[in-house]
Amino acid sequence: MMAGSGLRFLVLILAVAICGAASVFQPISDSHRSAAVDVFLPVDGSYKSLGEAYEALKTLEILGIDKKSDLSSATCENVVKVLGSSSSTLKDAFYALSVNGILKCKTGEAVLLKDIVSQLQAGVKGAKSLLDFYYSVRGLVLVKEQFPGTVLSIGDAEAVFRSIKTLSQTDGRWRYSSNNPESSTFAAGLAFETLAGVISLAPSEIDQSLIQTLKTGILKLFDGIQKYDDGTFYFDEKSVDASQGPISTTASVIKGITSFAASESTGLNLPGDKIVGLAKFLLGVGIPGDAKDFFNQIDALACLEDNRFSVPLILSLPSTVISLSKKEPLKVKVSTVLGSTAPALSVKLAQAISSRTKDSSVINNQELKFDADSATYFLDSFPKNFDVGKYTFIFEIVLDDSANEKVYITEAQTKVPIAATGVISIENAEIAVLDSDIGSVESQKKLDLTKDGAVALSANHLQKLRLSFQLTSPLGHVFKPHQAFFKLKHESQVEHIFLVKTSAKKSELVLDFLGLVEKLYYLSGKYEIQLTIGDASMENSLLSNIGHIELDLPERPEKAPRPPVQSTEPLSRYGPKAEISHIFRIPEKLPAKQLSLVFLGLIVLPFIGFLIGLTQLGANIKSFPSSAGSAIPALLFHVGIAAVLLLYVLFWWKLDLFTTLKGVSLLGVFLLFVGHRTLSQLAAASNKLKSA
Amino acid sequence: MVKSTTKDAQDLFHSLRSTYVATPTNLKIIDLYVCFAVFTALIQVAYMALVGSFPFNSFLSGVLSCIGTAVLAVCLRIQVNKENKEFKDLAPERAFADFVLCNLVLHLVIINFLG
Repeated sequence: MMAGSGLRFLVLILAVAICGAASVFQPISDSHRSAAVDVFLPVDGSYKSLGEAYEALKTLEILGIDKKSDLSSATCENVVKVLGSSSSTLKDAFYALSVNGILKCKTGEAVLLKDIVSQLQAGVKGAKSLLDFYYSVRGLVLVKEQFPGTVLSIGDAEAVFRSIKTLSQTDGRWRYSSNNPESSTFAAGLAFETLAGVISLAPSEIDQSLIQTLKTGILKLFDGIQKYDDGTFYFDEKSVDASQGPISTTASVIKGITSFAASESTGLNLPGDKIVGLAKFLLGVGIPGDAKDFFNQIDALACLEDNRFSVPLILSLPSTVISLSKKEPLKVKVSTVLGSTAPALSVKLAQAISSRTKDSSVINNQELKFDADSATYFLDSFPKNFDVGKYTFIFEIVLDDSANEKVYITEAQTKVPIAATGVISIENAEIAVLDSDIGSVESQKKLDLTKDGAVALSANHLQKLRLSFQLTSPLGHVFKPHQAFFKLKHESQVEHIFLVKTSAKKSELVLDFLGLVEKLYYLSGKYEIQLTIGDASMENSLLSNIGHIELDLPERPEKAPRPPVQSTEPLSRYGPKAEISHIFRIPEKLPAKQLSLVFLGLIVLPFIGFLIGLTQLGANIKSFPSSAGSAIPALLFHVGIAAVLLLYVLFWWKLDLFTTLKGVSLLGVFLLFVGHRTLSQLAAASNKLKSA
Repeated sequence: MVKSTTKDAQDLFHSLRSTYVATPTNLKIIDLYVCFAVFTALIQVAYMALVGSFPFNSFLSGVLSCIGTAVLAVCLRIQVNKENKEFKDLAPERAFADFVLCNLVLHLVIINFLG
């Protein structure tokens, strides 16, 4: 049995490894648009910064949502202010131009185009970091787009190209500046956009060899792409504390390569499955909660929607459930990532693999019909052996290559998990009470499980209860449900649940009351019977009250467990629980207070004895120096020692060791000086006496 | 025999006493200090014997403070005693300074251990 289960496990692992994960990706839809309105339209009517304004307006523009006019006017005022002032930074000028490109503000005389152009050109010349190059070069590109006819030049384009190129690294990533050794994938995306801008501003000046090295750099960056099991590809920063997450990094790279590929002179060949994988990653995010992630997702998808090297097409299903009883067709949609219509193509269902059989396919190479009104493909006929259960459908898309302007690309095979549901017929349902030894039937009742019944049975502890029924799928196979529960509920609300097992022929439960007496807590009386049958593939799952049974069980012996107390209020389990009484360590027995006080007095006695002895010996302080010069150090010496002892008392009372050590060190230094002074004076005095 | 031993003990005692009277006053003061310290230690031990050693660290701290200071006083006495040829060159003030410093360090540790 162990070998059998082990073999099945191995087969399952192999099957999963071969099949890979199946999942459904949906293109951008109206739910995205309504979420965008919530995220991007500010409540108080204005945006906090031009950067935020640009992100919000660009996203709303791509999604086709109308902006409010008062919002536009407030933002336009800000744009004109920034473009008109000569002290605005490169970043502000760049974002102001970007917003202007969307809103098309009327700039008027306040904004002198010459000043902006000269500011940006100065920015290009004096740029020290990648971001400086990015804002100034892209700013010039935006000026060229928005004000056609303006004469502007980027200076020595080749020199600018080369100086940006110095920031690249061999593994495909880029650095932000020559001082900073950290490299990042996000910076690579910015660099590609900047270089694409340089090429578009001075197309004839850049050498082909430089562009070629850049292309190899892009391919090297793609070597470092990461992937998930469901076929999505993404870029992420390698360092742990990177400021950019996978969404913004992936979006930055996509924007970079699409703007680079948009330059006429370049021809970029990127692996198609990775482009589709990147599109699936961005779609798989769903609706982001963060404004920046939302903008990055939509902006990157807009770049993928309309680019020169390959436009990914996404296959999606509005519903992944086939109902065999309703006989509705299975609908499939193919669209671009933003939901626009796809070109002429045909969709084929290559295989439909059941989760039970796994090696043979139920459907093979079925072409889907196309409905032009709703632009969906559908499959309306299923083969005769298509039963309920879980399937993996493998779709293939074949493009009609007739005169497409753009190059479209799809996945080789799209795996989709499909659930087929149907009505399960329930037959031969019956409940019987049997005599245990002989197995003869005492009473037997037929059941109609589709409605509640009022069966009345009675049994004692020497008998058995048998429930049996047959579940059949629409094709006539024996159906094994996920859930088949048989519940017995006593009058005192005590419940017991048993599982109904399904074998190859039927589902059956036999309750032998002799063995169950202890489990039922020896409670005799009336038990309500309830049967629940449910499954994901079953459209007519049921919960039926069959009736009741009178059970006659023996008396409870002394040692038997009592049934748990059932509270009448069902929500009482959420009420306060019993208080926990903690057991603490028993404190040590301390001596009586009076005893301690007596000994405190006794301790003082030797000290008094010491003082008395001193007076008897005739100890005196005659040699305490009298002159002022010697008396002060001597006095300070005694004061210092008293201070240290006082500090010790304070330490015991409330201070900690570190404060005390600090104080002791200070007082110690003081004592050192003063003590040395006093004692050397005393020594000199005694030497004088000796010699004299 | 017994009589001679008691007479010897008495004689010994008398000779010790007469010699002791001749010692200088400062040494007598130090001796008195040592006796005071030892007596204090003995009272603490008696208290512990009576009530048990529950905060054992406090007991150790108290007893060792007394014994420690007694030991330091004995060292001082050795160094200050003029009859001691070893420490002839050491000034008694230097010995006293050492005594004060060592006592202060000892009492810092004791107070920390007292708890």
